[in-house]
Amino acid sequence: MTNDRYEIRLSGSGGQGLILAGIILAEAAAIYEGKEAVQTQSYGPESRGGASKSEVVISGSEIDYPKVTSPDLLLAMTQESCTKYLGDLKEGGIAILDSFFVEKWPDNANVIALPLTTIAKEVTGKTIVANIVAVGAIVALSGIVSKESIEKAVLARVPKGTEEMNLKALQAGFEAVANH
Amino acid sequence: MSGNIKLMQGNEACAEGAIKAGCRFFAGYPITPSSEVAEILARRLPQVGGKFIQMEDEIASMAAVCGASLAGVKSMTATSGPGFSLKQENLGYASFTEIPCVVVNVMRGGPSTGSPTSPAQGDVMQARWGTHGDHPIIVLSCSSVKDMYELTIRSFNLSERFRVPVILLSDEIVAHMRERVDVGALESLEIFNRVKPACPPEEYQPYEASPETDVPPMANFGEGYRYHITGLTHDESGFTTQKPHKVAELHERLHRKIENHKDEIIETRNYYLDDAQIAVFAYGSTARSALRAVREARNRGIKAGLIQPVTIWPFPDDLVHQVASQVDAFIVPEMNLGMMVREVERAAHGQAEVIGQSLVTWELFTPAQVLSKIEEVFNWITSGSTSDSKPSRTSGALAAATE
Amino acid sequence: MVSGIGCSSRAPGYVDFNTLHTTHGRALPFATGIKLAKPEMTVIVVTGDGDATAIGGNHLIHAARRNLDLTVVLFNNSTYGMTSGQYSPTTPTGAFGTTAPYGNAEQPFDICNLAEAAGATYVARGTTYHAKVLPNLIEKAISNKGFSLVETITQCPIYFGRMNKIGNSVEMMKWQKEHAVTKKQAETMSPEELADKFIIGELCHKTKPDYCELYDRIIEKAQASIK
Repeated sequence: MTNDRYEIRLSGSGGQGLILAGIILAEAAAIYEGKEAVQTQSYGPESRGGASKSEVVISGSEIDYPKVTSPDLLLAMTQESCTKYLGDLKEGGIAILDSFFVEKWPDNANVIALPLTTIAKEVTGKTIVANIVAVGAIVALSGIVSKESIEKAVLARVPKGTEEMNLKALQAGFEAVANH
Repeated sequence: MSGNIKLMQGNEACAEGAIKAGCRFFAGYPITPSSEVAEILARRLPQVGGKFIQMEDEIASMAAVCGASLAGVKSMTATSGPGFSLKQENLGYASFTEIPCVVVNVMRGGPSTGSPTSPAQGDVMQARWGTHGDHPIIVLSCSSVKDMYELTIRSFNLSERFRVPVILLSDEIVAHMRERVDVGALESLEIFNRVKPACPPEEYQPYEASPETDVPPMANFGEGYRYHITGLTHDESGFTTQKPHKVAELHERLHRKIENHKDEIIETRNYYLDDAQIAVFAYGSTARSALRAVREARNRGIKAGLIQPVTIWPFPDDLVHQVASQVDAFIVPEMNLGMMVREVERAAHGQAEVIGQSLVTWELFTPAQVLSKIEEVFNWITSGSTSDSKPSRTSGALAAATE
Repeated sequence: MVSGIGCSSRAPGYVDFNTLHTTHGRALPFATGIKLAKPEMTVIVVTGDGDATAIGGNHLIHAARRNLDLTVVLFNNSTYGMTSGQYSPTTPTGAFGTTAPYGNAEQPFDICNLAEAAGATYVARGTTYHAKVLPNLIEKAISNKGFSLVETITQCPIYFGRMNKIGNSVEMMKWQKEHAVTKKQAETMSPEELADKFIIGELCHKTKPDYCELYDRIIEKAQASIK
């Protein structure tokens, strides 16, 4: 029943754009690939500045439980979120860490450390698109949606005038995985 | 695929469903976690020629909703716990004077200010009995974003059909999650509008109903039918009465119009009940955790099933009674300290064991929590169901929550 | 015609309109819903001092602030007559009520000042004694496109009159006659002379766009945004 269920947890701190990243991943799957998708988030006083968590479940069939229990893919963009959630990872799951913020992690074949924020700054001049770099890396690693679908989903969601910058960031995410 | 697939937030789906249902008036007061319904309708209603107003409080919002509906415009409000408490005064008015309207309550942790940004299911009894006096009401419960679209429409239809306020219960999880909705596939949903009087104005008796429907035809204010409405006990003419038989007649008709049409009102979703030995009874977002747990239990060889009531009031007595004769036990997980479990107990009438499961951490049940309860109950039944080892209401859930 | 609860609020039962007898204090928000749904309807709210300035005080100031085109006729008898003479927000300091057995310790509202300050565009005061003036004031209030309020000083001989030993209906109306002054008369009077008097007639009349007119512009904007 849960064979094709794919769980993604995006974690870090408020302001890193994790909720938008979750919405983009969910829309790529739901709108452009005809899959079922649910996006949820931790919501509360901690949503600005403090810890932030956005979750996406993607499946080829009906999704019953809407939240993530053991992620197939974990994104951690702070040390705190890495420490807190790495242990939840499903066996054989993948963790992507932003090595700009995360300094310590266990030596594990499933853990992929990429300097997402540094890449964002280098490629676009702005750290704010680190979330889109992360989305690129997630898609490249998981193949959960096609590169075409994620491009469309990014373009449909980002503010007018920032399309080019965001596509560059997405592409940089793809490449970071290819070069890893 | 119809080509109109959207990833919608629950509250957004509610607002869009309302517009689809023909709602053209919203009066409300901001409150987490329901505010998005108001924010979206503030933008959307004037686009379709409707009106939005942010009133000075929740009491005024409910009053304005009643006024607009009487003037012929389908109306709604949306709120959460503390605001829902304030709505009760004029909810009672709407129920007694038979004003169609929809009240959305996105449940959060209570009582009082409670936990504004967390889900809970503590208002299911308030939804039934929140206003004073014996009164008719219909309450539906959402478990998905699609539900928030579809059941908002259904709420309007039922309120127009039975001239009764309909309360749509959601919770913080369903209201804030985003989910794939095929809006195109919902385009063809039927819309019901109130029945208007067929007689000329001089013959109109505003509260006279045929015995078949028990629902009086409704003339909108400003359309030539001049009549009186009061929250005092009234007779067919709309004017107050204290004649005992007239008082009783009104109350009995108000009760009958729901009771005699339960088949039309009650909707449940039944999963794997045919051969079930254990039936889980779960509503709202809890039903989604329960469905996953039931499927997992089946994988482990336990014959579990699920009743998900979409209509929670009137309560699906007949179904629970019938299932009770077949299963050994019911499990009722809910995000409160045991509310609907008593209704299940009442309807099961001693034919099956009924075991509650409470979670008051204001987090969504995990499937594992419900599954552990199913296994606990299964083991208890197979070992002879002795009363001293009966699983308790809190075991399992609390243990898992405090891990 | 919409009313709340109280002696005043029985009035809609005597007129041949669409009439709505609502919950205590809530006549104005019910009327707000009706007016927004059907702006072409003339909506009159009949209410009292307790209904409109105590339990419904918040609704009164906000309806006035919005300048919604409603006409409020407020019967002020300075007491809760229907529930047998408890003190109200307009009971004078020192006056007696069933809940003010030693005299009222609170200070009364000036309802007309309150309505004007909150944004009403037509405010007037009349009495049951000045029966020929009152209909004119109400007529002008209805014709004002915006929020209008006519405070009407009424007598409650059964409770307020009896408990304060000011006599029967006739004597109470005589009191109205002796204590009412016009705006013009008041201009020539000293504060001492005015101390126990009240002013009747039109007190405020100004032109401001009403809520429905402003909301129609919102609808135009919203519809233009999707074209």
